[in-house]
Amino acid sequence: MTPLLAASPSITALTAAELRELLRRREVSAADAWQAYMSRAAALDPALRAFLEIAGDTPEVPGAPWETHPLLGGVPFALKDNICARGLFCTCGSRILEGFRPPYDATVTVRLREAGAMLMGKTNMDEFAMGSSCEHSGYFATANPWALDRVPGGSSGGAAAAVAADMTAFALGSDTGGSVRQPASFCGIVGLKPTYGLVSRYGLVAFASSLDQIGPLTKDVTDCALVLSAIAGHDPMDSTSARVAGEDYTRYLVPDIKGMRLGVPREYMGEGIEPGVRAAVERAVAGLNGMGAEVEECSLPHTEYGVATYYIIAPAEASSNLARYDGVRYGHRAGGARAGATTGAMTGAGAGTGAGGDLDLAAMYERTRSEGFGAEVRRRIMIGTYVLSAGYYDAYYLKAQKARTLVKQDFENVFARFDALVTPTAPTVAFPIGAKTADPLQMYLNDVFTIPVNMAGLPGISIPCGLSEGLPVGLQLIGPHMGEPTLLRLAYAYETASGIRHPRPAAVNAAVAAAEAIRAAGGVGGVAK
Amino acid sequence: MPAVSAAQVRHVAALARLSWDERSAPKLVGELNEILAYISKLSELDTADVPPTSHALDLRDNVLREDEPRKGLAQAEALADAPDSEAGMFRVPRVVGGQ
Repeated sequence: MTPLLAASPSITALTAAELRELLRRREVSAADAWQAYMSRAAALDPALRAFLEIAGDTPEVPGAPWETHPLLGGVPFALKDNICARGLFCTCGSRILEGFRPPYDATVTVRLREAGAMLMGKTNMDEFAMGSSCEHSGYFATANPWALDRVPGGSSGGAAAAVAADMTAFALGSDTGGSVRQPASFCGIVGLKPTYGLVSRYGLVAFASSLDQIGPLTKDVTDCALVLSAIAGHDPMDSTSARVAGEDYTRYLVPDIKGMRLGVPREYMGEGIEPGVRAAVERAVAGLNGMGAEVEECSLPHTEYGVATYYIIAPAEASSNLARYDGVRYGHRAGGARAGATTGAMTGAGAGTGAGGDLDLAAMYERTRSEGFGAEVRRRIMIGTYVLSAGYYDAYYLKAQKARTLVKQDFENVFARFDALVTPTAPTVAFPIGAKTADPLQMYLNDVFTIPVNMAGLPGISIPCGLSEGLPVGLQLIGPHMGEPTLLRLAYAYETASGIRHPRPAAVNAAVAAAEAIRAAGGVGGVAK
Repeated sequence: MPAVSAAQVRHVAALARLSWDERSAPKLVGELNEILAYISKLSELDTADVPPTSHALDLRDNVLREDEPRKGLAQAEALADAPDSEAGMFRVPRVVGGQ
């Protein structure tokens, strides 16, 4: 019996940058950090279900620069389960990829390993990143550490819950329409969607390739800059990777925003926002004004078309990307069963086989995909296939591409006058589990403020700006193309002045305290192995 | 926009290699129509003179690499995740023949 849980709060309460400093001074070893985080993750995961897989007992030591690497040496982290890491499963939260072990590392995984970070495991997500609550995972739902009956947001909900509850020092997620920023908002942490192309997508399982981008989920703004420094920069393995070198983003962490011009788009503060969210964002805007920024209202007139545009473009790209799941090279394959045994009247024309014969190839595809994909993924493949099909392409897909231009131009117009925009990340705080699953459209509308940013390929960051009804509210800062330095400076200045930095969910603290009390009394032995 | 019929949904499902059992099909048709009705909101926009955007970045330049041989995955690695393989190949059900 080792005093793992007793030791864990002190180490796991640290941010990645603080932990890195203790490692540098050799007050803590990488093994200590690994053990502290692993035991806390093991203790809390039964309640939160943030992880789909937790790595083995000992960290994989990548070699020489490990532990001493100045960037992230000896810092434990987690990956959303759609980012490939050799040696771990990569399911994308889908049954169709159950048991899939990718034979290579994503570029971001390589870069984090090279920076000395230690991979703890893979986190839960909405299947193929399609969802805003983590409830569409093919395995189980994840709970919000602030209230276990609430969703953590999505689709990177497991990653956000794990970071918020100090089960890992930081995580990477992916953001196609808000999937890093919205869960960061719901869990009270920092989430950045970088400029499209700044971070390589090689090894990120594709959902909507023109929108997908990997981003960090961290305990504070400093950690966000630190992790971005490790993963940003051109990658020849991704043909959409921007031709820019990575840099040290921590140098933009300057708490001075005097004279910065900030726009508040009125379409983001209108109807449909919960009063508590609006109040917290208005307080934050007033705070930024008080710090010397010039704040002015502005307009993004096509905002109301963002969600509709997204729900044509993203499913269209997804229906093409997800065609690869056919039961041949990896993942689930419908096996053994005879054609026609369970498929009913909706069976497609291509599914027929000889009477009583084994499944032929087309029937195997159809059965594999129908068994392996969950309801939301199938729904989106259907929408995407429909809007791309002959006779409907112009009316839907081409129309959406033109609407995308208008959304993009809205941003171009305002960034002629402003350095950054300030908005709520989501119109609500974390909603109760089950509240929106019956109505797909209501779930989609939760992403109304994050989707336009992906459409335009811009950077956006969500930082905590207070509570409403005891739950975190996220403040979204949107920058122009490659505007990460401005966003980090602004976010850091706000964090410093407001003192709102890694707010702790009381529910988790209470759970940990209870677990420790039981251990101290000798009640339970060997919690986490 | 006209509503999609059950027959159209069947056709699209066949294109996408998906199927539904008879019981859940009406619910699906209803959901798809609701979503399509919502996205038809775009018809309000006048886009006559608006060029389409297919990508956030300007990707007019093709990206090529030097045509040099590089080591790829070993055959065993490539086949390790296959549901079925034989003699160094992915094994699939019958493609031709039968009836």
